[in-house]
Amino acid sequence: MPLPLVLCLILAMLAAGPLVTPVAGRSWAGGALYGLCLAVSGLLLVAGLLGLAAAGAGTAPQLVRLPLGVPWIGAGFRLDGLSAFFLIVVNFAAAAASLFALGYGRHELAPRRVLPFYPVFLAGMNLVVLANDAYSFLFSWELMSVASWFLVMAHNHDPANRRAGYVYLIMAALSTQMLLVTFGLLSDFGSHLDFEAIRTAHPPVEIARLVVLAAVIGVGAKAGLVPLHVWLPLAHPAAPSHVSALMSGVMTKVAIYGLVRILFDLLGPPEWTWGAGILFIGGVTAVMGVLYALMQHDLKRLLAYHTVENIGIIAIGIGLALAFRANGFGLGAALALTAALFHVLNHSLFKSLLFFGAGAVLTATGKRDLDHLGGLIRGMPITAFCFLMGSAAISALPPLNGFVSEWLALQAILISPELPQWVLKFLVPMVGAGLALSAALAAACFVKAFGIAFLGRARTVAAERARETDRCSQAAMLALVAACVLAGVLPGMVVDALAPVVTLLVGFHMPTQSSEPWLTLVATTPERSSYNGLVLMVFIAVSALVAVYGIHGLASRRRRRAGAWDCGYPETSPATQYTAASFAQPIRRVFASVVFSARESVDMPVPGDLRPARLTLTLRDPVWAVLYRPVVETVDTAAGMVSRARTLSIRQHLSLVYAVLILLLVVLALWQ
Amino acid sequence: MAIIQYLLLQGFQMLLVLAVAPLLIGIVRRVKARLLRRIGPSVFQPYRDLIRLARKDVVVAHNASWLFLVTPYIVFAAIWVAAALVPTYALGLIFSWSADIIVIVGLLALARFFQALAGLDVGTAFGGIGTSREMMIASLAEPAMLMIVFTLSLLAQSTQLSSIAHYMMTVQVGLRVSCGLALMGLVMVAIAENGRVPVDNPATHLELTMVHEAMILEYSGRHLALIELASALKLTLYLSMLVCVFVPWGMALTDAGPLALLVGVVLYPAKIAAGGAALALLEVTVAKMRVFRVVDFLNFALMLGLLAALLLFVSRSI
Amino acid sequence: MPVAHGLAFDVAHMLAGGMVTVSFMLLFQDRLFALIQFIALHALVLTLALGWQAWLQDAEHLYAAAALALVFKATLIPWVLHRLVRRLRIERAVETVVGAGMTMLFGICLVGLAVVVMLPLAAKSPLMWEDLSFALAVVMLGLLIMITRRNAVGQIIGFLSVDNGMMLAAAGAHGMPFLIDLSIAFSALVALIVFGIFLSHIFKHFDSVDVHTLDRFRGDQP
Repeated sequence: MPLPLVLCLILAMLAAGPLVTPVAGRSWAGGALYGLCLAVSGLLLVAGLLGLAAAGAGTAPQLVRLPLGVPWIGAGFRLDGLSAFFLIVVNFAAAAASLFALGYGRHELAPRRVLPFYPVFLAGMNLVVLANDAYSFLFSWELMSVASWFLVMAHNHDPANRRAGYVYLIMAALSTQMLLVTFGLLSDFGSHLDFEAIRTAHPPVEIARLVVLAAVIGVGAKAGLVPLHVWLPLAHPAAPSHVSALMSGVMTKVAIYGLVRILFDLLGPPEWTWGAGILFIGGVTAVMGVLYALMQHDLKRLLAYHTVENIGIIAIGIGLALAFRANGFGLGAALALTAALFHVLNHSLFKSLLFFGAGAVLTATGKRDLDHLGGLIRGMPITAFCFLMGSAAISALPPLNGFVSEWLALQAILISPELPQWVLKFLVPMVGAGLALSAALAAACFVKAFGIAFLGRARTVAAERARETDRCSQAAMLALVAACVLAGVLPGMVVDALAPVVTLLVGFHMPTQSSEPWLTLVATTPERSSYNGLVLMVFIAVSALVAVYGIHGLASRRRRRAGAWDCGYPETSPATQYTAASFAQPIRRVFASVVFSARESVDMPVPGDLRPARLTLTLRDPVWAVLYRPVVETVDTAAGMVSRARTLSIRQHLSLVYAVLILLLVVLALWQ
Repeated sequence: MAIIQYLLLQGFQMLLVLAVAPLLIGIVRRVKARLLRRIGPSVFQPYRDLIRLARKDVVVAHNASWLFLVTPYIVFAAIWVAAALVPTYALGLIFSWSADIIVIVGLLALARFFQALAGLDVGTAFGGIGTSREMMIASLAEPAMLMIVFTLSLLAQSTQLSSIAHYMMTVQVGLRVSCGLALMGLVMVAIAENGRVPVDNPATHLELTMVHEAMILEYSGRHLALIELASALKLTLYLSMLVCVFVPWGMALTDAGPLALLVGVVLYPAKIAAGGAALALLEVTVAKMRVFRVVDFLNFALMLGLLAALLLFVSRSI
Repeated sequence: MPVAHGLAFDVAHMLAGGMVTVSFMLLFQDRLFALIQFIALHALVLTLALGWQAWLQDAEHLYAAAALALVFKATLIPWVLHRLVRRLRIERAVETVVGAGMTMLFGICLVGLAVVVMLPLAAKSPLMWEDLSFALAVVMLGLLIMITRRNAVGQIIGFLSVDNGMMLAAAGAHGMPFLIDLSIAFSALVALIVFGIFLSHIFKHFDSVDVHTLDRFRGDQP
C-alpha cells in the first residue's frame, strides 16, 4: 500500500476527533466513531503487513515529504520494516480495542470526554512510528501524550484520577524534554533534523553516550522503566478500559520503538557498556514490576504494574542485543533483538486482552477491587475463558505466545558466556535468574488475579449477579485469544516475518525457520536448542483425550455433587476465602519485607473487648521514598520561597531586579 | 517405515514412564518403611490404589466450575508429555527435539498453574493456603532451576537433554566442581518441586504446613487418581532428568541397535529404583522444615547454581 | 568447549572448589552444632587439598601441614568448640545480623570479585589463577561469616575458615616455606585459646555470648 494513502488514512482518523466533538453526546456517535476507527485500523494493519512483506522481499523503504512543519525540511515519513512491524502491533491492538469499544463504549458515562480524543490518540501513535525527522517525531509523540492525558482525565470527578493525571503530565513532560535533548544532540544542535542525515552522521563517542542516557530516560519515562514507572500504574487504570489496554499494550511499545530506532538505527556503533546498563535496568524493572503487581488488589492497577515487568523483559532483550552487537556477535544480537520484538508483539496482544477482561468485569460488577469479586466464572464464562488464556500467556506457559519470547530471551542469555567482558559474564546470569524469577512470580500473580476474581465464591452481591458481557467485547477478546494461540504454536512464522526488521537493525537474522522440519523453532542450531509449540499442543491434547476416554471407558464416569469437603470444616461465609492480600502473604514475607519494608501488625483486643481484631499491613515504595519525595520537597521549598516574593513592596521588587542586573553585569565582566 | 519405528520408540517411552511412575512411589514407600523398621505395603500398592480410586464416583462441590473438572486432565497430560520428553532409555527419540529443558520446566509450570487455580476454585481456606504456598515455592525454585540449566548448557553447549546426555557420555568431562554443585542444586529443586520431605510431606493431611495436599483436598475418585498419577510422574521425571544428565551410561545412543535399546530398557528402571531408594534414605534422615525455612533452602540451591556457573567460567577460561 | 586437563588438575580443582562450597554452607548455617560440623568438614577438605598438593609437588612440608590441619583443625578444635558450646549451654543461640539470602548473594559477588581481582594472573599461569582466586574467595567468605555473626562462636568459626583459606593459598603457591604454614596453624591455636577465654569470660559476666553486650561497657560512651 503506498505511503501517501496510509498518511491519508491517519489524517482521516485525526480529523475524526474534532468532527465528532459536536455530536459526541448523541447515542449513535460512539458506534460510528469506533466503527470508523476499526475500519481505518484494519486498513492500516493491512498496510503494515504489506510493508513488512515488501521489506522481506528487499524493496527499498517508501519515503514521503509533506510541506508541513519546519519550513526548510517539511515533515518526512518513511515506511521501512521496523515501522511496518510496529504499524502491525499498533493497529492490531487498536482494531481490537475499537471492536471492544463498540460494545463497551455504550456504558461510558462521559462520552464527550472520551470520543474526541480517542482517534487523535490512535493517529498520534501511528504517526510516531512513521515519522522520519526529529520534528515530526516529537510532534507526533506529543500528540500521543496529550491525547492520552485527556483520556486519563476522562473521569476527573475522582480525586485519584486527577492526581494520576497530574503525575502523568509531569512525567510526560520529562520524557519529551529528554527526547528533545536526544534529538538535539543527534542532529548536531538542529543542523540536520532529517533521520536520513542523522543516520549517516555518527556523533563522537562522548556525545553518543549522552544521547543514550537521554534516550533511555526519555523513552523509559514513557515506557515505564524503573524508577521512571511511577506514573504508569496511576494513569493506565484511570482511563476507560479500552484506552487502558491501548496505553499499556501499545503506547509503551511505541516508546520501545523510539528506543530501538534511536539505539540501533540512528546512532552509530554501540559500546558494550550501553548494553550492560540497559540490561541491568531491564532486570531490575522486570523483578520490581512483578513484585509491585503482586502487592496490588486493584485488578487494573495490577495489570498496569505487569506492564512495567514486561517492559523490563523487552529491555533485557534490547540490552543483550546491544552487548552482542558491540562485540560483533551478529547472530546473538539477532536472537536477542528478535526476542525483544517478539515480546513487543506478544505483550500488545495479551495485555490488551487482559485489560478488556478487566473492563468487562468492571462493566458487569462495577468493581475493580479483587476482594469484592469472586466466582465470576459462573456468570461470565466466556470472559473468564479469555482472561484465563491471557493469564496463561502472560505467565509464559507453553504452548502460548508469552513462552516463546521468554524462551528466545533465555536462549540469548544462555549464549552470553561467549561475551569477553567479565562484567557481562557475571551480570547476564544474574539477569537470567531475575527473568526466571519474574516469570514464576508472574504466574503467581495471575493465579491470584484469576483465582480471586473469577474462582471461588462471590464475595459481594454485585459479583454474584454479574452477567456475561456483550457480543462485540467477546469477539474482540476471542480474536486476541486466537492471536495468542497462533503466535504461540506457529512462532517460526513470526520469527521469519521479523527477519527483515532484525536484519535492518543489526545486519543479521536468526536461522530461517520455514526451512526447519515440522515447524520447529530453532534459536541458533538444532543441536543446541529447539522448541515446537505445535507438536506440544497436539501431544497435550491427545494425551488429555486418551486420559479422558481411557478413564471414562474403563473405570467410572459417574459424578455426584455435594458440599465442599475442606477437611471437614466447610465454612459457608465467603469471607473465609483467601483474599488477594492473604494469597500474596507468603511471597510478601519472602521478598517484600526487604524491598518494600512490608510490615504486618496485629491489633488483638483483650478478651471481653468487643471491637474486632485488625491486621494492618504497611508497604513503603522505595522509589517514591528515595527518588521522588526529595525532589517534591525541594520544589515545594523553592516554591514557598518564591511565593514570599509576591508580598514584597514595589521598592523591594525594584531592588531585586536591580540586583539581578548588577549580577549579570558582573558575570559578563568575569566572562570576558 | 523408519518413521513408524521412530513413533513406536517414542510411544514406548510414554508407556514406560507411565508404568514406572507408580512403582517408584511404591519403592520409596517400601524402603522408607523398612528403614523405619516397619514391613510396609507391597511395592505394587500404588497401582491398586490408583485402580481403586479410578473406579469410585467423583464427588464434586456444589459450586465447583468447569475449570475444576478439566484441571486433572490438563495437569496429567502436561506432566505426562513432559515426562515422555525426558530421555529415559534412549537418546534422540523423534520428539525429543520438540522440547529442551526450559520447555520441560515450562510444561511443569503449566501443570502447576492449573493445579493452583483448581485449588482456589471451590473457595475453601485450605485450598488458598496450599495454592499460595505452592506458588511461593515455585517462584523460588524456578530461578534456581534456570541457573542449573545455565551451568549445564555452559558445559555441553546445549539445552537439549539428549545432547547433554550425549555430551556427558562421550566427552571426557573430568571431575568438575560445577557438575557436583549442579547435581546438588538439581536434587534440592527436585525435592522442593515434588513436595518431598524437608520441604513438604506427601503423607500428611490435616496439618497446617501441608502444601500440595492442601491444594488437591477437594478432589476425589478418578480426578484424584489422575492427580496422584501425575505427581508420581513428576517425581519420575525429575529422577529421569537427574539420571539422564549425571548417570547417562547405558542409554542407547541415537539410531542404536535393538541390543542397546534392550540394555537401556533394563537399566532405566534399575537406575530409577536406586534413585527412589536414595530418596527414601534422605527422607528418613531429615526432618520437615517450617514453611519459611524453605526460602533459605531454595536460596541455597540458587546460590549453588550461580556458584557452579561462576566456577565454570574460571575453569573454562583456562 | 572446556578442555580436558589431567587428573591432577581435576582433583585440585575439585578440592579447592569444594572448599568454596563448604564456605557457602557455613554462611547459610545458623545452628552452632551444624556450624562446628561444617568447619570440621572445611578443614577436612583442606587436609585433602594439602595432601594432594603435597603428593603432586612431592613436598614433605605440605604433608606435615596436612597432618597438622587434620589433627588440629579437623579434629581437636571442633571437639573443643563442641564441648565449649555444650558446657556453656548455648546450643540454641542462633542469630545472624542479616538474612541468609542477602548474605549469600553478597557472598556470590565476593567470589566473582575474587576471580576478577586475580585476573592478571590468568595470562601468566592459569592454574595459579584458579588456586589463588578460590583461596581468596574462601578468605573473603570467612571474613563475611565473621561480620554477619553476632555470636562469638560464629566469629571463631569465621576466623578459622579465613585461616583455612590462607593455608589453601600457601599450598597452591609453589615453594612457599614451611614456616608460614606453621605460623598460620599456630596463630589459629592462639586465637582459639584467646577466643575460648574470651568466650567464657563474656558468658560469666553477661550471661550471653552476644558481643553487642560488650558495647554497653565501653568507656568512651556516656
